[in-house]
Amino acid sequence: MDNYSLDDIFIRDFDRKTQEIAVETEDLRVFYGDNEAIHGVSLPFERYKITSLIGASGSGKSTFLRSINRMNDNIDGTRVTGKIMYRDVDINSDNVDIYEMRKHIGMVFQRPNPFAKSIYDNITFAPKRFGEHDKQKLDEMVETSLKQAALWDQVKDDLHQSGLSLSGGQAQRLCIARAIAMQPDILLLDEPASALDPISTSTVEETLMTLKDQYTIIIVTHNMQQAARISDYTAFFYSGKALEYDETRKIFTRPKIKATEDYVSGHFG
Amino acid sequence: MDPIREAMLKRSRSAKLERRGRLISLFCIGLIVVIVAGIFYFVASKGLATFFSDGVNLWDFLTHSVWSPGVKDAHGSPQVGALPMIVGSFGVTFLSAIIATPFAVGAAVFMTEISPKVGRKILQPVIELLVGIPSVVYGFIGLSVVVPFIRSIFGGTGFGILAGTFVLFVMILPTVTSMAVDALRAVPSHYRSASLALGATRWQTTWRVVLRAATPGILTGIVFGMARAFGEALAVQMVIGNAALLPNNLVSPASTLTSVLTSGIGNTVMGSLENNALWSLALLLLLMSLFFNIMIRWIGKKGELK
Repeated sequence: MDNYSLDDIFIRDFDRKTQEIAVETEDLRVFYGDNEAIHGVSLPFERYKITSLIGASGSGKSTFLRSINRMNDNIDGTRVTGKIMYRDVDINSDNVDIYEMRKHIGMVFQRPNPFAKSIYDNITFAPKRFGEHDKQKLDEMVETSLKQAALWDQVKDDLHQSGLSLSGGQAQRLCIARAIAMQPDILLLDEPASALDPISTSTVEETLMTLKDQYTIIIVTHNMQQAARISDYTAFFYSGKALEYDETRKIFTRPKIKATEDYVSGHFG
Repeated sequence: MDPIREAMLKRSRSAKLERRGRLISLFCIGLIVVIVAGIFYFVASKGLATFFSDGVNLWDFLTHSVWSPGVKDAHGSPQVGALPMIVGSFGVTFLSAIIATPFAVGAAVFMTEISPKVGRKILQPVIELLVGIPSVVYGFIGLSVVVPFIRSIFGGTGFGILAGTFVLFVMILPTVTSMAVDALRAVPSHYRSASLALGATRWQTTWRVVLRAATPGILTGIVFGMARAFGEALAVQMVIGNAALLPNNLVSPASTLTSVLTSGIGNTVMGSLENNALWSLALLLLLMSLFFNIMIRWIGKKGELK
């Protein structure tokens, strides 16, 4: 396997006057014990766009994603340094209420993980935790988020069936619906389609395409066609660093870095 | 003849061994089935004799509260009312389960959700140790600590359902706790991630998601604990007072099915009414433990993730 230089980096510039940045990391480092897994990644993510994080297994893209809404806090011995700027606040600091923050930065995981509750209760889980008990409003939330996740037509007749009775693709869209019930700003998706068959994958992809009108989406994917199909920007991760970050079109047609070129053309490793 | 065909058509050594192994395990399981059936038959035939050959009314047996099998009442029928023991048994069982459940669930939550490291390294062995303490030790401690304590607070002798409840509470706590721990550990970690990612706090996650998903397992643990409490004889006998009277409070001497059985079985003659009446109590115990077992299976089946 070639060893690529970690200093050979291209990160695109955003025109901050015309392009709104939803969330931005500054020199983000993640340590598992003494082992540094992410070596200072600074990436801005534009609002209402889909950004893909690609890279080989172990390149740190999932770890990076999980740091953004501080899911790594739950793992013993993990330390995250650097800044995560969201609405001009560094959300990687102790005075931030992570529960309130996660209301605005939602996450969907690799494996569809609906709770062993009804579809309705799955979606109203978060709103109820944040004190919404008005039946009518909850009903509206369920309908809106299921519609946005393109699941409404398939489940509207029986919202009280168990979330576990859905097929893989439906369950994943339920998880997306659950994550957007609180109307977050940003949606983080960690390989959301890797456990799904091709047809379910394409329905989830279509769902994401329609969601980007209202949400900023950051998605980790192993599937380069998927990144090419749905995302506006793509960041290539290698060995705990983001080596190249550019418009998706450029990453896949004219990559500037050798490692990216090898990876997207399949000559990697 | 083709050697391969020949070898295929002959029963090989390993095939014979396979057959023998199957026969041996079949024999073992058959033996167990025969023993269980034998016990049931024996207890049932003895226990039912009270009703069929001694002419005791089943309803009277379950609802009358005077237990003196040796004495006949004014109408000439034997006085075998098991109600005091039934009340005593159910009393100590339910009370101890009610007290033990919150402690067990709390301990299990601490061991799995709050501090898994301490839970695994320190609390797990402690709980396993508690399971292994013989019941006579629990009974002895109950006799020398719990009974005097109750006596000093409530007066009377100190013996009674309350003392039995305390002793059983400590005895079933480890059982219920370790089963609750297993149930909580079996909740997939992606449930927790999903809940936390939605902005739920750790407490909300534990309460709304993890405990909810673990409820069938925890219930099974509670029923296991109740089965143990119901069947426990020695420790209870040492602290309950052994008076076959219908208890009208928690601190007067009472009795359970097991305590009457253990104290009475050596003093009666096989085949007499006194003896048969005790077998009827044993049959009742057996049916109850069967019932607990069915409950456990039923809860397990109900709780399977759909």
